[in-house]
Amino acid sequence: MEKTTTGEFRIVEEPGKPLAMEPRKFSMWLFIGSVFMLFAALTSAYIVREAEGNWVYFEMPGVFTISTVIILVSSITMQWAYWSAKKDNLENIKILVAVTAVLGFAFLILQWQGWVELVASKIYFVGNPSGSFLYVLTGVHAIHIISAIVFLLIVLVAAYRYKVHSKNMVSMEMCTTYWHFLGGLWLYLFVFLLLYR
Amino acid sequence: MATIDIHSQTATPHHDDHAHEHDHHHGNFWTNYIFSEDHKVIAKQFLITGMAWALIGGTLSVLFRLQLGFPDADLSWLKPVLGGWLTPEGKIDPEFFLALVTMHGTIMVFFVLTAGLSGTFSNFLIPLQIGARDMASGFMNMLSYWFFFLSSVIMFISLFISTGPASGGWVIYPPLSALPQAMQGSGLGMTLWLVAMAIFIASSLLGSINYISTVINMRTQGMSFTKLPLTIWAFFFTAIIGILSFPVLFAAALLLIFDRSFGTSFYLSDIYIGGEALPNQGGSPILFQHLFWFLGHPEVYIVLLPALGITSEIIATNSRKPIFGYKAMVGSMLFIAILSFVVWAHHMFVTGMNPFLGSIFTLLTLIIAVPSAVKIFNYVTTLWKGNIRFTSAMLFSIGLVSFFLTGGITGIFLGNSAIDIQLHDTYFVVAHFHLVMGSASFFGMVAGVYHWFPKMFGRMMDERLGYIHFWLTFVGVYMVFFPMHYIGIAGFPRRYYSWTDFQVFEGFADLNMLVSTAAIFTLCAQFIFLFNFIYSVFRGKVAPANPWGSTTLEWTTPRNPGHGNWPGEIPAVYRWPYDYSKPGAKEDFIPQHIPYSETPESNLPHENELIKLELNNGSINIEGKEGKDDKH
Repeated sequence: MEKTTTGEFRIVEEPGKPLAMEPRKFSMWLFIGSVFMLFAALTSAYIVREAEGNWVYFEMPGVFTISTVIILVSSITMQWAYWSAKKDNLENIKILVAVTAVLGFAFLILQWQGWVELVASKIYFVGNPSGSFLYVLTGVHAIHIISAIVFLLIVLVAAYRYKVHSKNMVSMEMCTTYWHFLGGLWLYLFVFLLLYR
Repeated sequence: MATIDIHSQTATPHHDDHAHEHDHHHGNFWTNYIFSEDHKVIAKQFLITGMAWALIGGTLSVLFRLQLGFPDADLSWLKPVLGGWLTPEGKIDPEFFLALVTMHGTIMVFFVLTAGLSGTFSNFLIPLQIGARDMASGFMNMLSYWFFFLSSVIMFISLFISTGPASGGWVIYPPLSALPQAMQGSGLGMTLWLVAMAIFIASSLLGSINYISTVINMRTQGMSFTKLPLTIWAFFFTAIIGILSFPVLFAAALLLIFDRSFGTSFYLSDIYIGGEALPNQGGSPILFQHLFWFLGHPEVYIVLLPALGITSEIIATNSRKPIFGYKAMVGSMLFIAILSFVVWAHHMFVTGMNPFLGSIFTLLTLIIAVPSAVKIFNYVTTLWKGNIRFTSAMLFSIGLVSFFLTGGITGIFLGNSAIDIQLHDTYFVVAHFHLVMGSASFFGMVAGVYHWFPKMFGRMMDERLGYIHFWLTFVGVYMVFFPMHYIGIAGFPRRYYSWTDFQVFEGFADLNMLVSTAAIFTLCAQFIFLFNFIYSVFRGKVAPANPWGSTTLEWTTPRNPGHGNWPGEIPAVYRWPYDYSKPGAKEDFIPQHIPYSETPESNLPHENELIKLELNNGSINIEGKEGKDDKH
C-alpha cells in the first residue's frame, strides 16, 4: 500500500504477512491432537486402574507382533506413494496407495485374529478390566484405521482421475500424515501393552 | 494423461480466492438460512438455539427451587405441565427433582455456556475480527451446528420420556449412572444423555478445530498475533482447551457405555442390589471421576474464557481507553488454560485421595488465583479514569467482573483440601461456581449480544430495556447466590430433595424462600431481554456502521455484511486493536486498518520509526515492488 504525504516523501507502509499454513492440513493436525488425547485418556485410565490391583495378567496375542510389522510396512508404502506423487510418478501412486489400503485391511484382519486368540484363551470383553481395556484400545484404534482406509480409498479414486500429483498434494499429505500417525499410535499401544500388564 | 491438471492449481492457500464469489452468491432459502455455510448465519443459529436452551434450563431451576423454597406448597396447578411428575399431594416427585437438577446442570454447562457462548461468538467474531471471508472450512462449521442441533433434539426428547431424563447429576458418576436398575433416570434417560453428549463432543471438536485453524491461518495482512483483539485470543485458547479435554470425556463416556450396555466392569465392582451381588468385578468408580474431571475442570474455562475475552473488548471500548496490560491479559489467559489441566483432582478431595496428593492439587489450584487476579486488576485499571459509557453491554461486562471476583474468592476456600472436607458438595460450592462460572459467563454472553447485536442484525437493541434487564438480573443473581454461602457453610448438601427433615437446617427456611423468590424474579427479568431481542431484530433502530466507535475490523464491514463479509478487498491491519483516546488523535479511536502514515499527529516515536523502517526495507516484504524501491 502506498501513501503519499506532504508531497516530499513517498511513504510505503506495508502490513506484515501473517504466518499461515494450508488450513485443511492444519485441521488434520488438530484432529490428530484430539485423537491423541483420546488414547492418552484411555491409556492413563489403564495405568490408574492397574495400580489399584485386582488385575488379571495374561499373554498378549502373538499375532499382534505380525500386525505391528504389517502396519510398519504400510507406513513405508504410504511414504513411497507420497514421494511418487511429489515426483509425478502417477502410475506408482495408484499401486502404492492401493497396496497401503490392502495392508491396512490385512492389519484389521490380524487384529481380529488377535481377538479370536484372546477369546480362545478365555479373556473376554466382559470380565476383568485388564482384558476389557485391551479390547477397547485395539477396537478404538481399529475404528480409526477404518476411517484412514476410507481416506486412502478417496485418495485412490483421486489418483485414478489423475488428481494427485506434485501440484495437488493436500489430500495426499493429509492422508500420509494420518496414516503415519495411526501407525505410530499402534506402535505406542503395542509397546504400552507390553510394558504394562 | 491428457486430463492431468498439474498446472491448473497452486498449492499456496490464499483466502482471497473466493473474493470474487460473494457478489453472485445467492442460494435458496435452504442454503441461505438452514444449511448455510456462512459463519454469521451459523453463529445466529447457535445463539438462538442457545437462548432456547437457556430458557429451558432456567425454567427447570425454578421448578426445583419451588421445592426447596416452598416445600409445603401445593403445586397441583403445575399438573398440566408436569403431569405424573407431581405426587398426589401436589409435590415434585423426589426422583424427578434429581432429574431437574441434573438436566439444569447439563443444559447450562454444555448447551448454553459451551455451545451457545463459544458457538455464537467464536463463529461470529473470528472471521470478522481477523479479517477473513469465512471459517477455514464452512462445511465443517455447518456440520458442527447440525451435530449440536441433533444432540439438542436427543437431549430434549429425553426430558419427555416416561422414565424421565438422566438423574445422576450432571457429572453422571457411576455406579448410579452405570446401572440402569439404580433409579428410573439411569435407564433410557441416561442412554439418551450419553448419546446426546457423544454427538455434542463431535460438534464441539469440529467447531474447535475450525476456530484454531482459522485464527492461525486465515488472518488478514498485518494481523500479527500481537494485533489480535483479546476476544480472538480468548476464543483461540478456549478451542485449544476443548480439543485437548473433550476427547477425554469421550473416553470416559465410551467406557461408561460399555459398562452400561455390554456388561464390562471398568467402573463397577462389589455391588449388591436387593441383596444380590452383581457379576461386575474389578472396576473403579474413582477412575471415572478422574477422567470426568480431566474434562470437567478445563470445561469451566471453556465456559469462562470467551466471556472474559468479550468483556475485555467491551470494557476497553466503552472506557475509551486501551486495555490495561494487553500482554498480561494474553499471558494470564494462557496461564489459566495451562493450569486448567493440572487441577482436576480438587473436585475429588473427599474420595479418599492421598493427602499429600491433595496438598499438591491445593497448591496448583490456588495458583490460578494469580492470573485471575491479574485479569480483574486489568479490568479495573482499564476502567480507572476512563471516559466510561454505560451501555447495556458495558454494564453486563462490569457485572461479570463483579461476579468473577465474588465467586473467585470463595474458590480459594474450596481449593483447600482441608476446608473442602466441610464444604464439599454443599450449597457453598453451588454458590461458588454459579457466581464465578455460571453467572459471570452468562453476563459475558449477554454483554456480547448487546454489543454485537448491531453487527448481527443491523439494528440496535433498546438501551432502556437493557438497563432494566441489567439491574434486575444483577440484583437477582446476588440475591439467589449470596445466601447460599451461609446455607452451605452450615453444611447443607446440594442435590438434596428435602431439608425439612433435618432440624438443624430449619433456621434456613426463610433464606431458602428468599433464594427461590429471587430465582423466579431473575428468570422473569430475562423475558425483558427476550422481548428486547425479538423486537429489535425486526423493529429496532437502524444501526450506524460503527455504533460504539470501535477499532476492530468487524465494524469496517457494511451494516449487513453479506457472504464474504467485505464487498471489496479485505482491509489490512496496521495497529493493535486498542488505540482509544490516543493523545493527539483527531477522534478518540483509531481503527486497526488505518496506517500510521495517515495519523502523523498521534504517532509515538517508535511508530514513526515503523513507517521509515518499512520504507527502507520495502523490498523484503513486498512482492513486485523492486522497481519502486530502486528509487529510494
